[in-house]
Amino acid sequence: MTGILVYSEDLDLQLQLLSKGRELSNNLAAKLYALVIGSNVEGHVASVLNYSDAVITIENKSLEHYDVELYKIGVVEAVKRVNPDVILIGATKFGKELAARTAAALDAGCMTECISLNIDKEGNLLAERLIYGGSSIALEKSRRKPHIAVISKNIFKRLEPSTKVAEVLRLDTDHPKSKVQILEKREKSKSDTGLEEASIIVAAGRGFKKKEDLDLLRELSSILGSKIGCTRPISADNGWLDEWIGISGKKVKPRLYIAFGISGTIQHAAGIRGSQIIVSVNQDEAAGIFEISDYGILGDLYTILPALIKVLKKVKKTES
Amino acid sequence: MIISDWKVRDVDEIWRLCDLVKIVVLVKDIPDLTDIKIGQDRRPILVSVKRKINDLDKRALESAVQLKEKYGGEVVTLSLGDEKTRTTILDALSSGADSAYIINDKELIGLDALTTAKVLSFALKKLAPFDLVLCGEMSLDTLSSQIGARIAEILNISQVMYARRIDLVGNKIKVERELEYCEEVVEAELPAIVSVIREINEPRIPSLMNIMKAKRKPVIEWDSKTLGLSVEELKKLSAIEILDVKAPLVERKRIMIKGETPEEVAEKLVEALRSEGVLRDLQ
Ligand SMILES: Cc1cc2nc3c(=O)[nH]c(=O)nc-3n(C[C@H](O)[C@H](O)[C@H](O)COP(=O)(O)OP(=O)(O)OC[C@H]3O[C@@H](n4cnc5c(N)ncnc54)[C@H](O)[C@@H]3O)c2cc1C
Repeated sequence: MTGILVYSEDLDLQLQLLSKGRELSNNLAAKLYALVIGSNVEGHVASVLNYSDAVITIENKSLEHYDVELYKIGVVEAVKRVNPDVILIGATKFGKELAARTAAALDAGCMTECISLNIDKEGNLLAERLIYGGSSIALEKSRRKPHIAVISKNIFKRLEPSTKVAEVLRLDTDHPKSKVQILEKREKSKSDTGLEEASIIVAAGRGFKKKEDLDLLRELSSILGSKIGCTRPISADNGWLDEWIGISGKKVKPRLYIAFGISGTIQHAAGIRGSQIIVSVNQDEAAGIFEISDYGILGDLYTILPALIKVLKKVKKTES
Repeated sequence: MIISDWKVRDVDEIWRLCDLVKIVVLVKDIPDLTDIKIGQDRRPILVSVKRKINDLDKRALESAVQLKEKYGGEVVTLSLGDEKTRTTILDALSSGADSAYIINDKELIGLDALTTAKVLSFALKKLAPFDLVLCGEMSLDTLSSQIGARIAEILNISQVMYARRIDLVGNKIKVERELEYCEEVVEAELPAIVSVIREINEPRIPSLMNIMKAKRKPVIEWDSKTLGLSVEELKKLSAIEILDVKAPLVERKRIMIKGETPEEVAEKLVEALRSEGVLRDLQ
């Protein structure tokens, strides 16, 4: 019997991929394996028991940090053991480097940024994946086993757990000393801003001059009951907000997206494509964001934003 | 200047003692994404699109040049390209690279990540000894983000991805890298391959003088024969086939809202959004 092997260190993402894996395994009559690797895997293993036919665990003190050289040895061992036709890996940053490294070790192909997966008549894996900065979609075929696909969060839906409990297979692996040593590690405070589920998002780009000016956006946001998003430089360069939207950040699908002072680069646009209505405010007539907007306002956000707040307050008052 | 005293590796005899830092930067020239138009059949039109160096590779090059300015050595670029790459690569030579190697072979165009990484690894062996290979975390056209990690595996060298800061400490490299959950400071044996993220630096704008000088810097072209590669074997090995490329349909209304005053504009917008039914909570 063939197999589908699913790995992600991110539990939510692994459950989503196991759900998709279940669908593929029904098509292929394959066994569904969840792979869990780490220095303390108990909790993670318990959470995937009802989502797979078997859980392969690799537990070792040397696997405390996300060391790709050592984790690769684990994935390769698991592949040798169950010889899967398909390997699905979660597209976290670590997942991406692990997938590519493992693929090289197995002399296998690998498809990243996949947004859909199918099996063709010959049993090959077909994937649609984003290319050209996220502006186009390529249909690709992996024509040799194992087929490896790397998938981001929230592409596939997590199913309800099954009542069947998976068997657990423990693998013992040897992990030599890595060529890379950790000197320091700072955990990031995980703030889930809920952008992915938001129904209205107001977003800031570099048109904002100062951090304090975001208060204007916060005021608008509280009237609309929306979430606040931004472009990558506002978050990664300025550190004004925790998460950004785009190809390398959150991909959002609100019913209303309002962009203030955002130029509309391909990388940002790739994250907002799923929005029902896009509104943009920009002072540059030639800004690309207008091309992908339903409603555009040519003007200074510092005058438009306060006016919008004023009008919405008035509307709210007269109607309540 | 740094003295590397790393040992000859078991896999390859090529790593030997050297007393200068040699940094190889992987540079890909890609279509200018803002220049790509979509045809009637929704397929992107790539002919006659300008080409430029992948933004992240330019940042990798900038890091290499900064390391060179601090520790000496030489910076060379390596590209798998075509005849147009000769022109694009001038930008790298103006920005501080000492010489450029281009693999230019019609038979090697359109390879998948697996075979591209093999070709580049062959070329890197020919460029050895080196201490460091730098590249961008991904190329913005294919978004595959596989090449760095694959090369690390093929050459059995240290792999450190997503660098935000790079420095040399003794005979090791120290890197600050960023994952979703944490930031890490790691130390890696040389030789190493390191990929950089956008935030690592702002690439310099080359001066007119450096642009003139660049034209006299060596550009060396290689093909499958110079690399001792069998094109036939590579093609057999290739695993991924592109069947089609399409741009998703974007149907946006593109209505510009105008008015005498900001208030008038805001009122018109609110009206429009209410009739779209997207301001539910206010209705
Ligand atoms: C590998 C990689 C991945 C990336 N991923 C992402 C991503 O996921 N998300 C992302 O957002 N970016 C991403 N980027 C960065 C992206 O290329 C752009 O740099 C970024 O999107 C630009 O952000 P911006 O629109 O805020 O800034 P800018 O492009 O500088 O635009 C600012 C805009 O504000 C307008 N403006 C200025 N002042 C005013 C005013 N007073 N009133 C109204 N308008 C004003 C200007 O006309 C301009 O259009 C990525 C880059 C790389 C290399």
